Amino acid sequence: MELLIATIVRGVGIGSTYALIAVGFVIIYRATDVVNFAQPALVILGAYFNALFVFNYGLPFPLAVVGSMAAMALIGALTERVALRPMVGQPPFSAAMVTVGLFFALYVLAARLIGANVITMGDPWGLSRVDFLGTTVGQVDIAKTIISLAAIAVVGVFLQRSKLGLAMRATALDQEVALAQGVNVGRMFGVSWAMSGALAALAGVMIGTAGGGMVALDAFVALKALPVIILGGLDSIKGSVVAGIFIGVAEALTRTYQPGNADFLGANFDVVVPYLIMVIALMVRPYGLYGTKEVQRV
Amino acid sequence: MTEQNTKTITPKANRATLRGRPELYTDYARDQALLNTASKKLWTGVLVAVTLMLPFLLGRDLLGLLTLVFIYAIGGIGLNLVTGYAGQVSLGHAFFVGLGAYTSMFFGGAPSMTLRGLELDMLIWLPMAGIVPMLVGLLVAPLAARVRGLYLAILTLGLVFVGEHLFREARTITGGPQVGRRGAIPEVLGFNFYENQEILGFDLRREQIFYFLCFGLLIVLGVLARNLARSRMGRAFAAVRDRDIAAEVMGVPLLRTKVIAFGVSSFYAGIAGGLLPVAVGAINPERFNLLFSVEFLAIILIGGVATISGSIIGAAFIVLLPRLVQVAAPYLPLIGDVVSVEIAQRMLFGALIVVFLVLEPRGIYGMWLRMRNYWKAWPFSY
Repeated sequence: MELLIATIVRGVGIGSTYALIAVGFVIIYRATDVVNFAQPALVILGAYFNALFVFNYGLPFPLAVVGSMAAMALIGALTERVALRPMVGQPPFSAAMVTVGLFFALYVLAARLIGANVITMGDPWGLSRVDFLGTTVGQVDIAKTIISLAAIAVVGVFLQRSKLGLAMRATALDQEVALAQGVNVGRMFGVSWAMSGALAALAGVMIGTAGGGMVALDAFVALKALPVIILGGLDSIKGSVVAGIFIGVAEALTRTYQPGNADFLGANFDVVVPYLIMVIALMVRPYGLYGTKEVQRV
Repeated sequence: MTEQNTKTITPKANRATLRGRPELYTDYARDQALLNTASKKLWTGVLVAVTLMLPFLLGRDLLGLLTLVFIYAIGGIGLNLVTGYAGQVSLGHAFFVGLGAYTSMFFGGAPSMTLRGLELDMLIWLPMAGIVPMLVGLLVAPLAARVRGLYLAILTLGLVFVGEHLFREARTITGGPQVGRRGAIPEVLGFNFYENQEILGFDLRREQIFYFLCFGLLIVLGVLARNLARSRMGRAFAAVRDRDIAAEVMGVPLLRTKVIAFGVSSFYAGIAGGLLPVAVGAINPERFNLLFSVEFLAIILIGGVATISGSIIGAAFIVLLPRLVQVAAPYLPLIGDVVSVEIAQRMLFGALIVVFLVLEPRGIYGMWLRMRNYWKAWPFSY
């Protein structure tokens, strides 16, 4: 029972970071109809900036997080302006491939900056543990969950309540109509990318707070947000949160219980669990749990 | 009927009418012919002749690279059939290539203490390397046909990760991670295509013999693909790509077309997978990852979407690019001291995908078409 609780807490922790990355995907997808495959590269770049601010400039951890979020927001908006703006009006697949190209360019940059090092975030939690429902769990998992969900809540409130959020939702609904109502659609694209970049940076820091630190290859961990957005639906923030936590918990449970109980599935089977869930989900619901069904015209 | 149409043109008269008018077609078959102009015939012949002579002029490493170009081109043609012609974006191509590779190793590889292999003839393992991925492709396709566009891309991306896990775990067939396994033995009825041989008095190195084998396979498979593309099925592919609902309304069976596209594409991928380990010596399960899939996408995007020759050009570009950067590095600023050659290669790879999509969506083949049309009409602009 204690093992189960500890596993679930760990799963929720990692799942909420998946949700964080997924919300970044969803914001960009809703605004621009582009699935941003470069997001994982933004995630590790964000983590790198955080480590840079903490260890090279001596900033306290919270300030460093805000700093890296700001830096990544800038890089996100810049990327959009340079590489994605010329793709407006092109088929969504071309734009998605541009982000794949961007992923390689940014990933190589990040890998070059990080090198072969393991970077740590300088976070206050470290390996300390707290009591939770009669067992001890990593403080970092609780912190991950709270911070991620709080950030997503802030994004949600921003989109619902603020004028800018309203403009962004209008852009997501129909770009031309939004344009006709006086919304600066191009700027909304930039804002979406900036928000997504900031969320990616936060997610990178959250991933990096795990005991082992972070290496450049962790970009491929961030790719697990793809099954999350497919399961939740490409355009649903609610779906991202539900699916993120679901997949995180499923993965953690597999990691704990599969060795010993189902050894024939092979070592590190938990790595493929998110993708298997995605495949099954697509068989049942082609547009995910909360995704909007695409309307087709001849 | 008008008078003109009733007039039949005899072959002799036809030749007379055609003289000096290379673009005048008097029947549909001639218009649709693979080599429909005299210059195409001439230059294709020249290209084939040069390609056949290259093994005697080039060194061993360059020859190996060209062989890789042929293998990548076969895989690229497969991806172009499903993604370029039928419009179903697949990021899962690496999985099918890997499946072909390991099928070939199972049927044609040598067994050892830890590895299973049946040591069958290449006449068996090469078709099997295509057929097994094709069957898996046919199994996956109905699922893939349920989703469209980006959902499909991400679904097939999942395939790569699941496949990578399978390859890593099936140690008795794949050799396991970081160990890998040698390719199948390319032996047809006692004749080994990867062994120094004496043929008609010529001493041929094994690289040369294998080069000819891959080139021959590329030509056969390329012509087959081209013929498929201009057949009824090829037109169905294009209809599904351009507007699938309209295609369905016109009576194109959507599910069947998509399933066939995936099946044929996986077959090509599997053949490429069977040849690849032979050409590179030994191969690790890690090779068949997402990057490998993206390489194939880059081949068709840079080469030219929905063209067979574009796939071949793209394959040549992607395979030779790292070598080109390596050769050019000493003469270029920055590369070598600020960024290493390897990093420059990868960044260039990413940047080229972006540049081509933004500036020339039809790829190198499109650039060639534009150039050709410019000079054809020169000095007039149209």
